[in-house]
Amino acid sequence: MAEPTTTPAAPVQAEAGTGAVAAVRRKRRYSLLTRHDKLILGLMVGVPLALDLILIWAPAMASVGISFTNWSGIGPITSDNFVGVRNYQVLFGSYIFFRPALAHNLIWLAFLTLISTPFGMFLAVLLDREMRGTRVYQSIFFLPVVLALVVVGFIWELQYAPQEGFINNALGLTKSGGHIIDWLGNPNINLFAALVAASWRHVGYIMVLYLAGLKSVDPTLREAAAIDGANQRQTFFRVVFPVMAPINVIIVVVTIIESLRAFDIAYIINRGKNGLELLSTLITNNSISEASLVGFGSAIAVVLLVISLVPIVLYLSRVMRDMTTT
Amino acid sequence: MIVARPAPRARVRPGRLALHAFLIVMVALWLFPLLWAIYTALRPLSDTVKNGYFSIASSLSLGNFTSVWDQAQLPYYYLNTLIIVVPGVLLTLLVSSMLAFALTQFSWRFNLIVLMLFTAGNLLPPQVIIIPLYWLYLNIPVPIGWLSDNGLLYDQYIGIILIHVVFQTGFATFVLSNYMRTITREITESALVDGAHVLRIWWSVILPLCRPALAAMATLLFTFMYNDFFWALILMKSGDKRPITSALNNLQGAFFTNYNLVAAGALLAAIPPILVYIALQKHFVRGLALGATKG
Repeated sequence: MAEPTTTPAAPVQAEAGTGAVAAVRRKRRYSLLTRHDKLILGLMVGVPLALDLILIWAPAMASVGISFTNWSGIGPITSDNFVGVRNYQVLFGSYIFFRPALAHNLIWLAFLTLISTPFGMFLAVLLDREMRGTRVYQSIFFLPVVLALVVVGFIWELQYAPQEGFINNALGLTKSGGHIIDWLGNPNINLFAALVAASWRHVGYIMVLYLAGLKSVDPTLREAAAIDGANQRQTFFRVVFPVMAPINVIIVVVTIIESLRAFDIAYIINRGKNGLELLSTLITNNSISEASLVGFGSAIAVVLLVISLVPIVLYLSRVMRDMTTT
Repeated sequence: MIVARPAPRARVRPGRLALHAFLIVMVALWLFPLLWAIYTALRPLSDTVKNGYFSIASSLSLGNFTSVWDQAQLPYYYLNTLIIVVPGVLLTLLVSSMLAFALTQFSWRFNLIVLMLFTAGNLLPPQVIIIPLYWLYLNIPVPIGWLSDNGLLYDQYIGIILIHVVFQTGFATFVLSNYMRTITREITESALVDGAHVLRIWWSVILPLCRPALAAMATLLFTFMYNDFFWALILMKSGDKRPITSALNNLQGAFFTNYNLVAAGALLAAIPPILVYIALQKHFVRGLALGATKG
């Protein structure tokens, strides 16, 4: 790291500095800041931090507490409400929607990770070159990303509707004697119909992220590979892809997080039922939208929270490591 | 073996041609659902009733757009969305730029932890926090009449704005601090030496330098907040206060059998973000890229 301190009084400190040097700098750190400045800076951090803690982290933690009660959401929680791990016993034991919902989340994850995300990356690789029309292609693939998932859901209903939809008509299934496929109503296939609609949006998103990563690869690496006689495929798999390792990890983690957050499309199609149960829709359906099983809904929220923390921690450790090394 | 003579400026390379062919097919597939929605929306109901949806239109008109505009009171819901999104975007930019400024231009003991709390909070599925948040919204008093007509955060514009700002501040702070990290701290230092106070440095020195990142964030935040469905679905009760995305969901119930109207409504709701995207595509893409890569 370059030595940043020019004047002894300057409030410069080392980001990666350690030991005595850092200790000396720490003393000087705010020497130029007045008390008023410090107050302002404290407010700049303190007010948003307080709101973040109150509206996001406190609720996340409170979900854990509520999950051990049979609270209905109304009135105070007393010791009478405490039911120990009963909600979890019911959830993992007799609750018939938990396993399907978990399985659907996993299928969602597998579909996006194995099909949609690699396809988005593939498009990015194809489009990351000097080529006529590459901007136009990129803009079109990206277009669905700016649409609300509600709108995406409606647009795809026009494709999937049993009698009126494009797909069944195009396949000739609506003619007399044809076997109509109820894409959104049949619980065996509606998850995949929803996934196609979700992927329509996801692919463009991944493409843009990956294109940004590809642009950041040092062009001399490719030139060197070309001089050494590598063809395009070899250059990509042996040179570019390994250099992109940090972006690859971020893309996978983004995909995992997106899969766990899936909610809107399932809710719009049929409120997340009949083949479209997801952990996220079970939470709201049990606790707010339909039933008042707030304690039980919280137990599902805790399960989703714990699962979500894995990719989040992975993501943060990756990006924050990058930050401390820049 | 004859060595192939290099053909200078070969007009058609088969590899390139195949690539374009593949991309054109994919692009056509990608656009098709949207074009089909436009086609359906342009056809009068009588036409589709007579000929079916899978047919050549005998006439096209904007009738569905005008009737859904009036019947579903779309201008009203656009306004609701505007009331939420404009203050939401401005406040998020204000708060996150201050946070990123304080976290990157000065060293605090807990810099990294604060940044992590915000970023991680933004990555949580909203459903994980919704139950206690719902309770908070019903119990936190807001005794200011013009902010809340029922004295609560629940079922109020201010409540939706607040959760958007807090939630998106996580993302915006992460991106803006990635950007501000590239601004040398010596700029802030020398301004301090010159006697400027921190608010002034933030506003007149750092913010102008961040203009590209702020533009990118504004575009993204507008789209995120405009497209949100979940917060208003749970944290609002009155249909007449809901933003256009949630209102659209009700439309489905009201006009279920009339796909032409549903298509027209969905397209009308999609127009503002599409316009923003077309006008500000560069910023849009840069914003996403800033979030995924550094700098």
